[in-house]
Amino acid sequence: MEKIITAEHVDFHYSNDYDEEKTEPVQVLKDLSLNIKKGEFLAILGHNGCGKSTIAKHFNAILLPCGGKVYTAGFDTSDEAHLFDIRNHVGMVFQNPDNQLVATIVEEDVAFALENMGVDPAEMRERVDSALKSVGMYEYREHSPHQLSGGQKQRVAIAGIIAMRPDCIVLDEPTAMLDPKGRREVISTIRELNEKYGITIVLITHYMDEAAQADRVVVMDGGRIIMDDVPSEVFSHVEKMKSLGLDVPQVTELMFRLSELGIEGDTHIIDEDGCAEALMDILS
Amino acid sequence: MLSDITIGQYFPGKSAVHRLDPRFKIIITAIFIVMLFSADTFAGLAIGLIFMCISYGISKIPGKLIAKSLKPIIPIIVITSILNLFFIGGASVFHIWKINITDEGLRTAAFMVIRIAALIAGSSLLTYTTSPIILTDAVEQLMEPLKKLHFPVHELAMMMTIALRFIPTLIEETDKIMAAQKARGADMDSGGLIHRAKALIPILIPLFISAFRRAEELALAMECRCYKGGEGRTKLKTLKSGGADYAAMSLSLLFLAGVFVTNAVLQ
Repeated sequence: MEKIITAEHVDFHYSNDYDEEKTEPVQVLKDLSLNIKKGEFLAILGHNGCGKSTIAKHFNAILLPCGGKVYTAGFDTSDEAHLFDIRNHVGMVFQNPDNQLVATIVEEDVAFALENMGVDPAEMRERVDSALKSVGMYEYREHSPHQLSGGQKQRVAIAGIIAMRPDCIVLDEPTAMLDPKGRREVISTIRELNEKYGITIVLITHYMDEAAQADRVVVMDGGRIIMDDVPSEVFSHVEKMKSLGLDVPQVTELMFRLSELGIEGDTHIIDEDGCAEALMDILS
Repeated sequence: MLSDITIGQYFPGKSAVHRLDPRFKIIITAIFIVMLFSADTFAGLAIGLIFMCISYGISKIPGKLIAKSLKPIIPIIVITSILNLFFIGGASVFHIWKINITDEGLRTAAFMVIRIAALIAGSSLLTYTTSPIILTDAVEQLMEPLKKLHFPVHELAMMMTIALRFIPTLIEETDKIMAAQKARGADMDSGGLIHRAKALIPILIPLFISAFRRAEELALAMECRCYKGGEGRTKLKTLKSGGADYAAMSLSLLFLAGVFVTNAVLQ
């Protein structure tokens, strides 16, 4: 399948120009290579400071690698001439919905990227409306952001990215500041975008149940990729995940505990239905 | 506690004044100010006042809002009228001890009071009938010619928009910080002026730090959405002017002409 993002041997450290003691810069990413295929739903897991946000910022040229190369939609991210092409192909949604909405009216915020790109007003209208409809926020188009809940704001932020018609959306912990209801809204929106419109999704998250819904999970630790596989395979290594300071979905944990007790539990199970079936098998 | 602060003083409505092109409203307000300051006679001022009353009548803005807009400038009105009353020479009307009130003094004082009050009441109508966002758009377009002089018109408008966008967010944040500091035992409601001012420090510092953090994240989010300044930017909503706008401006010019006529005739 066609690749949308390719990272080749990426090294990265933050510059220490402003550090008076000139301490050795901390290496955030070490020789990291990753391919993201078009249309896939990839989740990146890792505990705080493992470099997952840093690699995400490489995908649309917010950060440039200190060593190695990143190619996005065929463009080298260090090539400044294609900066806006790259950002057009790969949109990014951040953690705090309040800090990424620019305008005082929902529809104007969604139009922000299009205004920057100089899109014709008639086409802009159409793209804004369809973006708002695809995240289910069309009825709120004339509200002001502070009248919305966290989940709604985050969906508006996603609409603002979708309006650019990108191939890929990178979401950096989009649900971390939301309540359970907001989280469900955002995750179902993301899944729909992936399934219905074929938009590539890169989801950085702390929530294992969100990662379990992805096609592929990448686990990072200390600036390196430790595991890269389908969710059921990644989460089946319960002990390894725990040693990295990460959890597994509750159903996987249950299966793991059962198998520890000598009952035959399959730790490849990551969803409730599968778990229920397995429990039925054990009981009968 | 802080949530009842409204942004600006916009009073939503659907009247003809509300629907006017904001650019024209700004220009008409400017014409109105010229009316007030070029009027030399009470008749001229009266024409300005009639124009203002018609505008208020059409806009259906309740009269008590006029009073509200005048409230903060009462001290200014009082001081100007006192100064004019006592220090302008002319035929004496009233005389006690060293205080001498003249006919000219009375006339100027009354004139100034009406002029200042009308100025504030009239220009408030602009902000009552136009939302701050639309006003920002209009200001940006009216200042467009200044771009030739390298005046950062777009940047200024962008800053105004972002400021308006973040007012409610920061108010909410201030509420939270105040609650958090109170929970830690901060006392903000008692003590003298200095004590209370000092009590603000633990609120302002976290507020500023978070504002900077927000600014950084916002800049990042804007960059991700291809923001590159005002060059080659289009707008979702373009301001449109129609017959009503020209009619309103013609009307205001007619009144201005009326003021000039009274000046010429009555002097």
